[in-house]
Amino acid sequence: MTGGLEVVRAGALTTVQDQGRGGWAHLGVGRAGALDAPAYRLANRLVGNAESAAALETTVTGCAVRAVATGGFVVAVVGGAVCRVTVDGRAAAWGAPVRVPEGAVLEAGPAVSGLRSYLAFAGGVAVDPVLGSRSADLLSGLGPAPLREGDVLPLGRPGRSCPPVPDAVPWPGAAPAGLVLPVRPGPRHTWFTQTALRTLTTAVYRVSDRSNRIGLRLDGPALERARGDELPSEGVVLGAVQVPADGRPVVFLNDHPTTGGYPVIGVVPERALAGAARVGPGADVRFVLG
Amino acid sequence: MSTPAFSVLRMLPVGTDALLVECASGEQAEALYAELLRRRADGELPAVRDMVPAARTVLLDGITYPGGGPGPQRFAADIASWRVPELRRAPGDEVEIPVVYDGPDLADVAEAWGVEVAEVARTHAETAFRVAFCGFAPGFGYLTGLPEHLRVPRRATPRTRVGAGAVALAGPYTGVYPRDSPGGWQLIGRMPEPGTLWDPAREPAALLVPGTRVRFVPVPVPPGARR
Repeated sequence: MTGGLEVVRAGALTTVQDQGRGGWAHLGVGRAGALDAPAYRLANRLVGNAESAAALETTVTGCAVRAVATGGFVVAVVGGAVCRVTVDGRAAAWGAPVRVPEGAVLEAGPAVSGLRSYLAFAGGVAVDPVLGSRSADLLSGLGPAPLREGDVLPLGRPGRSCPPVPDAVPWPGAAPAGLVLPVRPGPRHTWFTQTALRTLTTAVYRVSDRSNRIGLRLDGPALERARGDELPSEGVVLGAVQVPADGRPVVFLNDHPTTGGYPVIGVVPERALAGAARVGPGADVRFVLG
Repeated sequence: MSTPAFSVLRMLPVGTDALLVECASGEQAEALYAELLRRRADGELPAVRDMVPAARTVLLDGITYPGGGPGPQRFAADIASWRVPELRRAPGDEVEIPVVYDGPDLADVAEAWGVEVAEVARTHAETAFRVAFCGFAPGFGYLTGLPEHLRVPRRATPRTRVGAGAVALAGPYTGVYPRDSPGGWQLIGRMPEPGTLWDPAREPAALLVPGTRVRFVPVPVPPGARR
């Protein structure tokens, strides 16, 4: 046993995430993984982990964990969404390594800016992997369940030496006031009217409170279809902009279904999706061709 | 004698590194998927993270050629030159799934088929099925094999809970629910021990992987196990 974390406050939705699992879509298993990949990777680097180590991803309200059986202390970093960080109630650094002594509680407060904070720990969260990944997939139910108070998560053995840490590092993307997502025409863009295609790249959409790890659901003008027939189920990619029956676009995020029966009007490149992980309900979203 | 072969219908780029290949029928999509698996095993394909067969398409996601470049366009040009052999129905291993035919929608299905209730189980168990593709949930296979005239619609109102192991029909497909979930398909029976459908510790994790031949075997109601 190299120590663990006891969940003191689970928060609205806190999950274990790593880089996700690829190569299983033909079995109905999606990719999952940290939504804000750059923030997740940086948090890992700052505690001396491989970029693929599992970390905690919070949603809006943060979380609190107690270091148990660490034999001294554990090094942690809270990054991603900006929030107040405390160790046993005392203010600690956000976005930089902090020492959490044995028995102390590390708390990531509610997000002040952004939506999802990442808590990385030296050694990584060492729950059992499923199909090569420790990520929770909320659509398929694979991987560890969302954290609940009282859960104890094992930690891995920290690397022998932490890399030297610079005094300050630039964290990716503070939450933009309005999100601009580049989009390319999707495989079924011809299923939509010319007006719909123009609307997609000119209208201002708003993030719906029904958004989650499966998709960024948007409120705004409906996108009208040029044909009414049903689309037989087909494979869909991360970043696909699918248009369900109500005409409001959904940008598929990491826990998206592997196949879908609604036409995909556009595709947002994977590198642009971290921005979608940082905006909450009510935020403005625009699409630009590119 | 030449082997019957076909060309794909169209190729649709999906973002920067994926390609959706569309076929004229589900049968041809299954044949294309089999051909892709064969060529991948023979080392003839570029790196592709996911190959996802579906009703009439195969999605190729995460295409990378050594040295980079526009993967989907290059792969599309390659596939356009293929003559895909039709799916061979070689006899081989078959997965047998035991079923208690006592589903709540048996009578509705019998009426739609215009037969007695007992005939539904008989017909279903006599049909040679094949897993066309997976989706909906890990380990849920869409099985084809029922003739066109036996297609049934989904239920008008989906159930909020369908038990693990439920054997169901919708459209051209038969499926077995690997775990409890909501569902809109017509339930005709249940697999007594559905745990084998999905086991992440096994390779492959799914019992019903695309291309698998499947036969349903009627079994009596286990004593005391009636739900």
